[in-house]
Amino acid sequence: MKLRLKIWRQQGPHAAGEFVSYETADVSPDMSFLEMLDVLNETLQLRGDVPIAFDHDCREGICGSCAMMIDGVPHGPQKSTTVCQLHMRHYRDGATIVIEPWRAKAFPVIRDLVVDRGALDRIIQAGGYISVATGNAPEANGIPIGKDMVDRAMDAAQCIGCGACVAACPNASAMLFTAAKATHLGLLPQGQPERSHRAVNMVRQMDLETFGGCTNFGECSEACPKDIGLEVIARLNADFLQATLKEREGA
Amino acid sequence: MRGEVAAVPRGWVVAFYGSTIGKKIVMAATGVILVGFVTGHALGNLLVFSGPAALNRYGELLKSSVVILWIVRVTLLAAVVLHAHSALSLTRLAQQARPSRYAKHATQASTFSSRTLRVGGVVLLAFIIFHLLHLTTGTVHPAFSPTDVYGNVLVAFSIPAVTVFYLVAMLALGLHLHHGIWSAFQTLGLNHPHLERFRRALATVMAVGVSLGFSLIVLAIAFQLVG
Ligand code: HEM
Ligand code: FES
Repeated sequence: MKLRLKIWRQQGPHAAGEFVSYETADVSPDMSFLEMLDVLNETLQLRGDVPIAFDHDCREGICGSCAMMIDGVPHGPQKSTTVCQLHMRHYRDGATIVIEPWRAKAFPVIRDLVVDRGALDRIIQAGGYISVATGNAPEANGIPIGKDMVDRAMDAAQCIGCGACVAACPNASAMLFTAAKATHLGLLPQGQPERSHRAVNMVRQMDLETFGGCTNFGECSEACPKDIGLEVIARLNADFLQATLKEREGA
Repeated sequence: MRGEVAAVPRGWVVAFYGSTIGKKIVMAATGVILVGFVTGHALGNLLVFSGPAALNRYGELLKSSVVILWIVRVTLLAAVVLHAHSALSLTRLAQQARPSRYAKHATQASTFSSRTLRVGGVVLLAFIIFHLLHLTTGTVHPAFSPTDVYGNVLVAFSIPAVTVFYLVAMLALGLHLHHGIWSAFQTLGLNHPHLERFRRALATVMAVGVSLGFSLIVLAIAFQLVG
């Protein structure tokens, strides 16, 4: 396959970036999108050019490292799929593909397609955890949990923190991410004691990180490679409101 | 310490309204008040089809208690101010949150009504101001009478430019309600799979009903089917 790639190149956080066009001739339909970029990078290196920087780790759709806007859609055209799991057979020969980094004030570009998603980690640090006493491991089945709750918590826990929701949102809001993290803990008994404080603290951090607010456009959920639903956002809204109305401090 | 909540050095109202979710909840709550008002307003105005006596009697009824009238007016004014302020503030935050634009950004899931909410909001704000000066105070009305509501609207929509502006505003209102009512459920924490179809249907029916109801009144007068 022959492809024309228009890729965002930016030397560093403060450099001005620009699109650079590349022609690739030796793309196999069996390659993943990242393998296609690997091959391009090899060619660039052989020519003495600087390879294109992009994030990747597991390459099996579970770590959330790979992240890029492909033709205006986070992770590219295939639904429920990370870039590393997208394959070139979905493209026609001769296609032009535009590739750019996530764009948000909270996600500064480090280089080319790599952005700093530390803001998401700090939201987790602000409340996306449960406090447990250390010591002997508790009996695994000691706390009964309904199957429906487990299923819903697991659906929310599928979030891999890739940031596609922020990238897709016209407001660059991190609501889907924050809400998924708050929900997967908030649906389980272990998450109850800190539920109100979690909502308040995570939302405060989310706002501090300069993400936009949520307008319920729904672009986030559509772009999510793990199909996290908008329902989690309603839950976070409800938790936040409850925390404000009922907590004596903090809220 | 990790796991502990730092004391918030502000009152809860400031902390709440200072957050994006708090602003959004205020927007939804004031939106619900305004939705209640426009629904009642549209239903009441349909009395224009029952003739001058019915509409004018309805107008008198609304003004029969000065106390209630002003409670309603102040509530609505506060709702509009809070609604517009939170909308403006969230719009600004959203613009700041993405300083550099995508070269290519495909819209995948959002509705037309959600994407026109902000523009439509500005149209509605302009409309609300004009409408108050037009049919409440009569400031910009060519032949205003405080007691003859019926006569006022007949004169109002004999002017084509005014008719067109009202129709554009009602289109904006319909779009606003189509996303707004659906979205308000979400913002107020009411999203259950059982509710999803209901709230979409409710938003659509109310948006079309209210927007069409007002528009029919305006059109009927403009084309002299009434009066
Ligand atoms: C003063 C003029 C108005 C302006 C400037 C305005 C603006 C807006 C904006 C920008 C939003 C969405 C903001 C966001 O989510 O980012 C919104 C939501 C909404 N508006 Fe308005 N609006 C106005 C009047 C009205 C009126 C007259 C009604 C009702 C009849 C209304 C009902 C709603 C509702 C229910 C929502 C949804 C709240 C939510 O998403 O939870 N608005 N408005
Ligand atoms: S590289 Fe891990 S999800 Fe794509």
